[in-house]
Amino acid sequence: MFNLITRRLLQAIPTLWLIATLTFVLLHLAPGGPFDDEKPLPPEVKAEIEAHYGLDLPLYQQYFRFLGNILQGDLGPSYKYTGWKVDEIIWQSIPISLELGGIALIIAISIGIPLGIIAALQHGKPSETVLMGVAMLGICLPTFVLGPLLILVFSSGLGWVNPLGWSVPSDRFLPSLTLGLFYGAYIARLTRSGMLDTMHNDYIRTARAKGLSERLVVLRHGLRNALYPVVAYLGPAVAGLISGSFIVETIFFIPGLGMFFVNSAFNRDYTLVMGTVLFYAVLIIFFNLLVDLIQQWMNPRTRND
Amino acid sequence: MLLRITVLLCALCVLCGCDTRQTNVERGNAARELYFGIGTEPAGLDPHLITGLTELHVTTALYEGLATFNSETSTIEPGVAKSWELTEDGKTYTFHFDPEARWSNGDPVTAQDFLYSFERILSPGLGAPYSYMLFDMKNAEAFYRGELQDFSKVGVSAPDAATLVVELNQPTPYFLSLLTHYTWWPVHPPTIEKHGGMTERISDWTKPENFVGNGPFTLESWRINSSIFAKKNPLYRDPDSVWLNGVHFLPIQVDAEERAFRAGHLHLTSTVLPHRIAWYRDNMPERMRFDTALGVYYYMLNTSREPLNDPKVRKALAYSINREDIVEHVLKAGQKPAYHFTPPNTGGGYNTRSRVFYDPDLARQLLAEAGYPDGKDFPTFEILYNTSDAHRGIAVAIQQMWKKELGIDVNLYNQEWKVYLSTREAGEFDILRAAWFGDYDDPNTFLSLGESDNGNNHTQWKSEKYDDLIDSAARELNPKKRFEIFQEAEAILLDELPVLPIYFYVTSRLIHPSVQGWHANILDYHPYQSVRLTPDD
Repeated sequence: MFNLITRRLLQAIPTLWLIATLTFVLLHLAPGGPFDDEKPLPPEVKAEIEAHYGLDLPLYQQYFRFLGNILQGDLGPSYKYTGWKVDEIIWQSIPISLELGGIALIIAISIGIPLGIIAALQHGKPSETVLMGVAMLGICLPTFVLGPLLILVFSSGLGWVNPLGWSVPSDRFLPSLTLGLFYGAYIARLTRSGMLDTMHNDYIRTARAKGLSERLVVLRHGLRNALYPVVAYLGPAVAGLISGSFIVETIFFIPGLGMFFVNSAFNRDYTLVMGTVLFYAVLIIFFNLLVDLIQQWMNPRTRND
Repeated sequence: MLLRITVLLCALCVLCGCDTRQTNVERGNAARELYFGIGTEPAGLDPHLITGLTELHVTTALYEGLATFNSETSTIEPGVAKSWELTEDGKTYTFHFDPEARWSNGDPVTAQDFLYSFERILSPGLGAPYSYMLFDMKNAEAFYRGELQDFSKVGVSAPDAATLVVELNQPTPYFLSLLTHYTWWPVHPPTIEKHGGMTERISDWTKPENFVGNGPFTLESWRINSSIFAKKNPLYRDPDSVWLNGVHFLPIQVDAEERAFRAGHLHLTSTVLPHRIAWYRDNMPERMRFDTALGVYYYMLNTSREPLNDPKVRKALAYSINREDIVEHVLKAGQKPAYHFTPPNTGGGYNTRSRVFYDPDLARQLLAEAGYPDGKDFPTFEILYNTSDAHRGIAVAIQQMWKKELGIDVNLYNQEWKVYLSTREAGEFDILRAAWFGDYDDPNTFLSLGESDNGNNHTQWKSEKYDDLIDSAARELNPKKRFEIFQEAEAILLDELPVLPIYFYVTSRLIHPSVQGWHANILDYHPYQSVRLTPDD
């Protein structure tokens, strides 16, 4: 395990460097700069501002300066939001994104896994078709449709929750559900196919022959292996849950990081783009590593890989 | 298992339902706090570095200049300066400070603070985008351009802590209205110095824990992309004039804003989405407000390209746009068709004498005279707009009008905002969507756009006569004559038509009936002193 962690951390360094470099190049290739606006700045003002942020330096110098700052943990100031540093923006927004993503993950797992198991156990029956149809619907329904639909039912119709905001605990319900349902539906499909594969194995037959109850057979022997593809999927899914919530954040007015992730690119806010991209890259690497560790724990056969 | 999940979900819903969910409007009406949707996160709160309307809405609560704007009467009233005099030649103002004017930390607001603030915004090192708003002050431009190093030579002085003398290049009729613009507002020198110094852009001084302002409210909290809370400033020079205890600024994106308004989370929104206008008009007309704005939507023509280099072609294009149709059927929010460039009654009564007309017959005739009878052999050109459904709707309507009336084909294409700006800067377009909002209430802010060397004139159109007229208007002391010169200049603009005016903007907003004292004005400038909340709805 220690070897795996060390190897992965070492691999992360060139990966992050490559991501940083690509982002830097793409940003500078895109037409338009951070200080272009409807009312253009007088050229001398623009030059002054660019000099202030070091954008007047040759590109390669900007690049090395940027890499140097990153190595020192300095993500720099936001170009768009004067007075804010990129790390301040990230630290202020990420707890909210993590909370949203975390609750959505719990919803996704608690809906997806039981639904998948039930569908697998009902294999070939009409109820399986119905359950998988619902799961398919969950996958196909985009969040920008599902979000307003849920608002219509739970807020406008039943009046149970606020239509937007992030102040009282109940504000977490609709956005997390909107975000979680899609992933839940996907997990349900993965669990079902995993279960179907597993339940035909010899050791399941042995377990049944031992006289174990069906419940123990399914939950202790079947599920453990059936969840293998689900866990593999959870790594990128968790990163997606945290970073991919731009639409949900917009619909429900949640001050998370997803909004900055998208808008900073439109604003050509170079430092904020870099900061958010690298932050998410670190997050993805971390969750992928975590998934590998969990998979090793679940399946001893992979431990020597 | 399914049963357990269902029970769990139901319990969650019941728990959610148990929250005491008082709406912001109810809470605000009880606590005298206004909830204002501002549409987007402000780009900053430093008055010398901001440029937009969103930032204006927030900073109006936090700072105060020498003079203020009364949104009800549209007149200029005393601010930090209790009174002022103007010399007979109209070039020197002497401002006498209100002894009660204080910063939110208790320091008195002094004339020296204004000297420091003016020096700051004019220092090239700060890179203030709107420095030019101070260029009417003597030598301000020379100092800004580095031709003058000594700030004491700039036309502003402080004979004592409570007196400020401002010397102008020439009599400037709109000078007092300039003073209400954020570029003329003071900043607290010790705070600026403590957080990086006069020309440091990357500074922490606008954070709530460091902030010092002199407005009716002070910055209590600021969570980025979430909310800004401005709390009543007990040290404000006239605290009794402020009824509200606080203002919450919520940067809710426009798509979600209307939903927030309907649910009682906002007293005011930043705008109304066009597709919701009809619903509000039918169901809650009293909650929708359209106020004339000081802004024009127009198309910029690249006059260096054929066939747009021919004034007859430009006229034909202008005369075949049915602007009434566009505002009635495409925009629907009470915008006014623009038959000229400067909005009506700008600067307290300026109205142009010339107009463009809707006259398709004349347009066809002009196009024939230009060598394209019935649009025959007319080269295909393109309209460029920044990606937005609203701009697309207008472009499609105009495309159809030109096809129908003139028989010419136009292609439409859109670009993402920053790409569009860079294409505009490079002049790589035929026709480009554009808009201009006045920085101050005077025709000069619109008509100076047509000057040959104006950085916002991307049309490649140049007219020496036009430039001379705008220059002479700046020197003219008599307001009536000055307007006549502007009328003459605008006549040239509307005859040559490097720009095709399409409509004049309105500010559309949803407003809760409990909000009183939100007065319409063309600059969309709303000091919060006049706002009251009556909780009877």
